[in-house]
Amino acid sequence: MDNNFWNPSVERMSRDELHAVQTRRLKETVERVYSNVPYYRDKMQRKGILPGDIKTLEDLESLPFTTKQDLRETYPFDMFAAPMESIIRIHASSGTTGKQTVTGYTRRDIDMWAECMARCLTMAGATRASKIQVGYGYGLFTGGLGAHYGAELIGAAVIPASAGNTMRQITMMKDFGTNFLCCTPSYALYLGEALGEAGFTKDDLQIVGGIFGAEPWSENMRKEIEDILGLRAYDIYGLSEVMGPAVSQECCRQDKLHVWEDFFIPEIIDPVTCEVLPGKTQGELVFTTIYKEGFPLIRYRTRDISSLCYDECGCGRTHARMTKPDGRSDDMLIIRGVNVFPSQVESVLLEEGNVSPHYRIIVDRKNNLDAMTVEIEMSENIFSDHVKGIEATESNIRKKIESVLGISCGVRLVEPKTIARSEGKAKRVIDNRKI
Amino acid sequence: MFIKQISVFIENKPGRLAEVTKYLADAGINILAISMADTTDFGILRLIVEDPGKTDVTLKAHSLAVKTTDVIAVAMENRPGSLAGILAELSNHEIGIEYMYAFTTRNTDHDSMVILRLNNQEDAVKKLENSQKIRMLTSEMVGQIRG
Repeated sequence: MDNNFWNPSVERMSRDELHAVQTRRLKETVERVYSNVPYYRDKMQRKGILPGDIKTLEDLESLPFTTKQDLRETYPFDMFAAPMESIIRIHASSGTTGKQTVTGYTRRDIDMWAECMARCLTMAGATRASKIQVGYGYGLFTGGLGAHYGAELIGAAVIPASAGNTMRQITMMKDFGTNFLCCTPSYALYLGEALGEAGFTKDDLQIVGGIFGAEPWSENMRKEIEDILGLRAYDIYGLSEVMGPAVSQECCRQDKLHVWEDFFIPEIIDPVTCEVLPGKTQGELVFTTIYKEGFPLIRYRTRDISSLCYDECGCGRTHARMTKPDGRSDDMLIIRGVNVFPSQVESVLLEEGNVSPHYRIIVDRKNNLDAMTVEIEMSENIFSDHVKGIEATESNIRKKIESVLGISCGVRLVEPKTIARSEGKAKRVIDNRKI
Repeated sequence: MFIKQISVFIENKPGRLAEVTKYLADAGINILAISMADTTDFGILRLIVEDPGKTDVTLKAHSLAVKTTDVIAVAMENRPGSLAGILAELSNHEIGIEYMYAFTTRNTDHDSMVILRLNNQEDAVKKLENSQKIRMLTSEMVGQIRG
C-alpha cells in the first residue's frame, strides 16, 4: 500500500459505507432533478416513477437513461438543476450536430471537481511541494481549468501553460523544474520528441509523473512516453457532461482507473438492449452523478466501451475500477482531445447548400499529433475553372468546419463519385491512427 | 469571338490523367490543345477539342466534374517575337490574363496560336476587336465543330 492519499477516509471507505453514502446522495439527486428540471420530471413521469420510489441502489436501474440527444434538446440551460444565481462556471464541449453541450457548475460542484482532481494528482504522487505544468487547453474545454483547480487545492505550484507553444513548454519544463505534467498523451509524446530535437533528454528534466487523458491511448504509448520523458504516466478519464477530467484515474498500480464512487455511480450496459451487465462484462459505460448540483446527470450514456472491476486493489482504495475505454458505441472521434462527430461535418456541408453531401473524414497521426482531413466530392455547382476559385471554396468550407468543431482541419475536394456509397450507414471515417 | 474550352477537375494521383485521356480516345475525340494547372492535391485539365459537346457528355458519363468555358484563340506566326507582340498589345489595352497556353498547328492560315482567358473577358474582347495586331480566331478556324 502506498501513502499517496488525498482523502484516505473516503478513498479507503468500506464498500458498505460507500453504499450508504451513494444511497443517500442518489436519493438527494433524484429529488433535486425531479423538483428542478422539468425535462427529467417528464421523463420520470412517463415511466411512472416518483423520487420516493428510489430507495436503494438497486432502484437506480428503474430510472430512465440520459443521452447526448437529451442534452441537445435542452440546449443550453434546461438541464441545469440549480438557479443561475448559484452557477459560477459554464463549460461547453462539442455536440453531435454543431450545437455545443453546455454544463454549469455551482461553487460546491467546482469544489467537488477540485477534490476529485486532488485525489488523482495525489494518487500519481504529486504533493504541495510539486510544480505541476498544465498543458491542457484552458477555456471552455474542461481539461485546463479542471486540472488547475485540483493542483491548487493540493497546494502545488501550478504552471498554467495551456496547450500549444511546444518550445515554451519545454523551456519551462527544463528551467522551472516541472515535476508533473498534465496534457493529452499524444501531446506528451510530441513534447518528448521536440525535447530531443531541441538537443535535450529526459535527464535535463525533473518530471516524475504525468497525468494524461482526454483521448484514448495504448500501453505501447505509455511505454514510449515514460521512456522519452522519464516519468510514470497515468491515465485519467472524464467527460465534460459528467464533470470533466478526474472522474477516474489509475493509481500507482497503473491497472484500471479508480472511479470516485462517492460522487459518481458507474454502470455497464448493453448498448443495444440497454440491459445492465454484470461485473467485468464489457459494455457501454453509464454514469449517474450523485453530488453535483448545477448539472446532475441520471444514467448518462457515455458511449465509451469499458468494464468495471470491484476487486480489491493493491493500493488500498475501495473504489471500483474501470478498464481503459476501448472504443465507442457511436461514431464519435476524439481528435487532439476534442470530441468530433461526423454529423457535425455533415451539418456544415448541408448548410452550404451547393456542396456535395458526400464526404469522408480521414484521421492520421503525424509526428504524434492528430491530423484530420475532410474529403468532399467536387460538384458541378462549385467547380471553378480557376485554381484560386477551388482553393477559396476549400478554405471557406474548412473555416466553417473548424468553427463548428473547434479544431483545425484540412479540406480536400476530390472527384465526384469517388467516395464509396454504401447501402446502410456510410463509412464516413477512416482512422489511420495507430494508437 | 470566343471558342469553347473544356475544363476538368482531376485529383493529383498517378495514372489519373492517363485514364481521363483514355476516355476521350475511346470516344474518338481529338484534342487540339491541352494544358494542366496543378496544385498538390488536384489539377484542372483544360482542353481545346474538335467536339466540345461530345467531350462534355463523354467526361460527365465518367462522373467527372466538367465545365465548358469561353476562351479566345489568337493567331500567331511561328517566329521570335510574335507572342511578345500579342502580349504587348494586351498590355497597351490594360488587359490582364488569367491564364494562357500556346501551341503550333498545321493550319495554312496561321502556324501557331495562343489560347487566352482574360480578366473581364467580354470587355477585353470588345477592345481587341479593332486591334490591328491581334487576330482572334473563330471556333471553325481553330478546328472545332460548331456545337
